[in-house]
Amino acid sequence: MIRSRKLHAHQARMAYLFISPAILLFSVFTVVPVFMAFYLSFTNYDVLSRMDWVGLSNYRKLYTDTLLWQTFRNVLFYTVIFVPLNILTSLLIALLLNKAIRGVKVFRTLNYLPTLTSAVAAATVWLWVLHPEFGLLNGFLSYFGVTGPAWLSETRTAMASVIMVTLWQAVGSNMVIYLAGLQGVPDYLYESAKLDGANAVQRFRYITWPQLRPTTFLVSTMSIIGALQLFDQAFVLTQGGPANATKTPVYLIYQQGFNQLQMGYASAQAFVLALAILIFSLINMRLSKAEEPIV
Amino acid sequence: MKTTSAAGGYSPGAGRALRLTVFYVTATTVSLVMFLPFLWSVLTSFKPDNEIFAFPIRWLPSHFTLDHYRDAFTTVPFLRYFGNSFYLAIMGVLSNLFLGSLAGYAFAKLTFRLNKPLFRVLLMAMMIPGVVTMIPSFYVLMHLPFVGGNDWTGSGGHGLLNSFWAIILPGAAGSFAVFFMRQFFLTLPSDMMEVARIEGAGEFRIFWQIYLPLTKPALATLGIFTFQAGWNSFLWPMIVLNDPLKHTIQMGLQAFSYNHQTDFGPMMAGALVATLPILVLFILLQKYFVQGIAFSGVKG
Repeated sequence: MIRSRKLHAHQARMAYLFISPAILLFSVFTVVPVFMAFYLSFTNYDVLSRMDWVGLSNYRKLYTDTLLWQTFRNVLFYTVIFVPLNILTSLLIALLLNKAIRGVKVFRTLNYLPTLTSAVAAATVWLWVLHPEFGLLNGFLSYFGVTGPAWLSETRTAMASVIMVTLWQAVGSNMVIYLAGLQGVPDYLYESAKLDGANAVQRFRYITWPQLRPTTFLVSTMSIIGALQLFDQAFVLTQGGPANATKTPVYLIYQQGFNQLQMGYASAQAFVLALAILIFSLINMRLSKAEEPIV
Repeated sequence: MKTTSAAGGYSPGAGRALRLTVFYVTATTVSLVMFLPFLWSVLTSFKPDNEIFAFPIRWLPSHFTLDHYRDAFTTVPFLRYFGNSFYLAIMGVLSNLFLGSLAGYAFAKLTFRLNKPLFRVLLMAMMIPGVVTMIPSFYVLMHLPFVGGNDWTGSGGHGLLNSFWAIILPGAAGSFAVFFMRQFFLTLPSDMMEVARIEGAGEFRIFWQIYLPLTKPALATLGIFTFQAGWNSFLWPMIVLNDPLKHTIQMGLQAFSYNHQTDFGPMMAGALVATLPILVLFILLQKYFVQGIAFSGVKG
């Protein structure tokens, strides 16, 4: 009895020892920064000298910051287009390639390859693909007698280009997630549905889609969180231009904090973005739940 | 909607042949669209300049040239950037595999009072968007006491800024690594532990010699994840590394494409070199790539 208690105490000591490096790093680089970010957002911290309490003035300033709201409009537009397209494309490709047919592995690999590139490398490749005169896309369009736009330097098409690039990079891994999800749908559901005379569309609507609900929830949550924090591709492809059309909140926070050194104000902006991410995630959670009673 | 035929088999005869044809045509088209930018950048990187700027598109080069690769490596210290990124990514992998599995093992297999609450905090932290901690992490690194010319109050110098530690330390034991390894240790039986204890093995030996070797597939998957994340990271290195000799390959590539906006040949060569390690990793360890993503899908 006493021995076993001793043993437990020893075990617990060892356990604390095992987790201590991870917990220490976690405290220093996650817990402390979160609370500090909150504090900084009420100061005029600028790295060099000042860190005075300024109350709510950063948050009041946000209200009239037209550039900030433009970056929010940009990223919301991006998210609203990108996330559904991402889900739709990766699901369609997964459905297409969820077969035991010769060559299907090659097709899967080809679709997966773009996810191996870094955001910067992908954007660099697409700088060239989207080149107005000699680029792949406009060269292709010219086969059909269409003169393509200067994708990255026109306000109309700049964000569409960013969507294209990020979609190209994201679809592959979501396809794999959907393939795993499809593998988890039991065969007998399809067999009994077929016996009942359900056609392919009905089988998708009443079996595949509802069964994939957790997968779709995962994919949509991750892509919403990623989309609202868009930075790398916008930075490399367009430097936020033309006329701030592709400038995102993370981009603005980076500039505000690390170029203009207004770190207090940038912290306040970061909190607003975090709030937006939270709200979007909650809406997404609601939407995924709301679907339950329908099917 | 042909895609929904995923659900079922094929009717025999002509219908089957037709469906197969439709499948191959669609799959080839889709895969080509995804693959073309890749292929095109490879071809561009080997093309002489006058064939790069050709209209209409000239697909195949008249002869293969390595000039663009040479240019990419001589205009900027690309090799050095490559080495920096490699070092940072490997350090990230080693620290996350060791610290992540050590903590993950404790959370999965050992009983201690704060097990559940601490793990819950870790999980919650995974939801915090990185942009929130970006600025204060910079502050923390700058004001760590006793390093980089700082005194005990953490002022006087620049702390860990502009050193590789500014990237290694904050990412050394990611919450995801702990969570991922814990989930894997949970699937292993506990009786081996009891036996080993009776035989007098210490807790660390039990972890290191009995349990850790059983997690090789999980370690491979986590290692790939971490390597890819470290190799591809861009914003954080750009924030904390000022010294041009310490730049990473992603920073170098971005700077190159910004400063040499019309040198598409070297640009594509650089982009491919920056993708090469991940590509090699993928070819060698394909199975673990897919397993890792499938894991995140199943857990969701």
